[in-house]
Amino acid sequence: MSGILKIALKLLVNDKSKFTALLVGITFAVFLMVMMTSMFSGILTRSSSSVYNIGAKIWVMDPAVNNATSSIPMPDYVLSAARGIRGVKYAVPLFFGTAQVKLKSGAYQAATVVGLDDATLYGRPELIKGNINDIYGDNAFIVVKDAEYTKLEKPDVGTDFEINDYRGVVVGLAKVASSGLFGIPTIYTTYSRAITYIPTTRFTTSYVLIEPKSDSDIPYIQQQIQKLGYQALTRDQFVKKISDFYTFKTGMGMNILLMTTISFIVGLSISGQTFYTFILENLEKFGALKAIGAKGKELISMILFQAAFTSFIGYGLGVGLASTFMILARLRLPDYAAQITFTILGFAFLMVLIIAGVSSYIGVRKVLQIQPFDIFRG
Amino acid sequence: MSNVAIRAENLVKWFGEEDAKTVAVKNASFAAEYGQIHYIVGPSGSGKTTLLSMISGILKPNEGSVILEGEDIWGMSEDRIADIRLNKIGFVFQDYHLFPRLTTAENVAIPLILKKMGWNEALTVAIEYLDIVGLKERAQLPPYKLSGGEQQRVAIARAIAGKPDILIFDEPTASLDGDTGRKIVDFVKTKILNEKSCIIIVTHDSRIYEFADTIMKMEDGKIIGFEKNHSHEK
Ligand SMILES: Nc1ncnc2c1ncn2[C@@H]1O[C@H](COP(=O)(O)OP(=O)(O)O)[C@@H](O)[C@H]1O
Ligand SMILES: [Mg+2]
Repeated sequence: MSGILKIALKLLVNDKSKFTALLVGITFAVFLMVMMTSMFSGILTRSSSSVYNIGAKIWVMDPAVNNATSSIPMPDYVLSAARGIRGVKYAVPLFFGTAQVKLKSGAYQAATVVGLDDATLYGRPELIKGNINDIYGDNAFIVVKDAEYTKLEKPDVGTDFEINDYRGVVVGLAKVASSGLFGIPTIYTTYSRAITYIPTTRFTTSYVLIEPKSDSDIPYIQQQIQKLGYQALTRDQFVKKISDFYTFKTGMGMNILLMTTISFIVGLSISGQTFYTFILENLEKFGALKAIGAKGKELISMILFQAAFTSFIGYGLGVGLASTFMILARLRLPDYAAQITFTILGFAFLMVLIIAGVSSYIGVRKVLQIQPFDIFRG
Repeated sequence: MSNVAIRAENLVKWFGEEDAKTVAVKNASFAAEYGQIHYIVGPSGSGKTTLLSMISGILKPNEGSVILEGEDIWGMSEDRIADIRLNKIGFVFQDYHLFPRLTTAENVAIPLILKKMGWNEALTVAIEYLDIVGLKERAQLPPYKLSGGEQQRVAIARAIAGKPDILIFDEPTASLDGDTGRKIVDFVKTKILNEKSCIIIVTHDSRIYEFADTIMKMEDGKIIGFEKNHSHEK
């Protein structure tokens, strides 16, 4: 490290109370921003959980659908048309619905029912107990063992229940990549059983899932589906559509955005203010350095270094604190949705850079303005 | 070759504008020679600090020039003036302006570090200079643990560590008791002054007049008198 930066570092960290105040400000801001965005990211992931869990490459849906669980049923010709498109390896229907399940204890519990194509079981979950072929048995259902599992009173293979006055029996337990957002359990069965057991509208196909022959066929398939008046989205596009809906069309996104902005402003003002005070109180020192012969760019490098050093440490502490908090929260609350992603880390880092940038900009301006003479005249 | 280290020519400095305008230095000219101690004396507010600051490249005059090695420093770029402050001029401020968050040795090392000397080497050299001013054992202490006279010596060590040609003191004895003040100036005269350096001291402490080679009187921004201390002539 160059000597001048070493001096900058000593001036900074040897002033323990101010350095601590600076760190607390930035750590707090990073913590708040990471918490807010992680919460949001967790919620968004969960809102798309069905899309991840089913795992199909292409989803065909009514253009008005903006949420996997509130599908709009499509007429059967969409399925047959999809099967006829060049580049489609196979296309299958998927049923998505909700049913009231009457449990052993007599209590009712709402559940999401997913009906998989009878022939292929395309989109099947990974079983942790039972055999997937048992799904063809009488009244057979597979229960997902996610955070909501306990709401079904922890059923096991062989447990039976009532679903819309039909008998249902658990033949397997599945695990999924992501829990849902709405806090209700998910059960799988075959498409044909689902539409028999659950009251439906005239149309019963919630989605048509398509496996293309190759990824290069996707644009053509999308184009053909669009000609039918429907929408074919890749998994990522569908996830984005759902996320955009929650972000922009519900209060949630705006609120989180607002809270994140507020935490950013709070962090910026705490650390900006503290850094500014730090610079002000050291103005005399910077003036002395100037008088001794430090050049403007050397003073600037000192300030940038001080701001960057504090910011990066504060960033590390803030992220660490948020992670610890989330790990602890998850221990107590299985449903806790927050998740830290690389995007969030990048975003928070960017915000910290802005905080450091603004703070040092103010500091640099102040320091370049000082006339050592004004300080020495005494 | 003339023996002039630095020359001030018709320096004028004012502060404020219109009604609020105070002219702090009025048309001041003088030359400081190598191997000599020059005093500037005068009552408080007479413009001594303002004049020193203009000479040392810290405060830009409104009119006039400061000639160093044949060139007007106030015609130079900011960075070159900074280089001159770093390499040619050592300034000991009235209130020392030491850095409380650095050790005494680090304080003295600052000009060396600004000259891009490596950290360890700079500290080694700084300790040598602290030794010169008799404070080697204080090297690792923060300056505020030192007495006023010791802090003054640290400030001197810092000013001379950069090996300046011209050493400038603003009221070096003002906050010291008479005895310490005398010792400091005596020390500067016997240990630091040589044929290649020149010392300018602002003071209104008559107890230290005996060390001066020339004494320049200021009043109300003007240089009103100049005398040589003939007892110093060999
Ligand atoms: N920055 C300034 N703004 C306004 N007036 C100033 C400023 N600096 C100095 N002065 C005025 O200039 C005069 C000379 O000041 P100074 O050089 O500090 O005197 P001295 O060092 O002899 O006591 C004083 O009248 C002082 O009030
Ligand atoms: Mg003065």
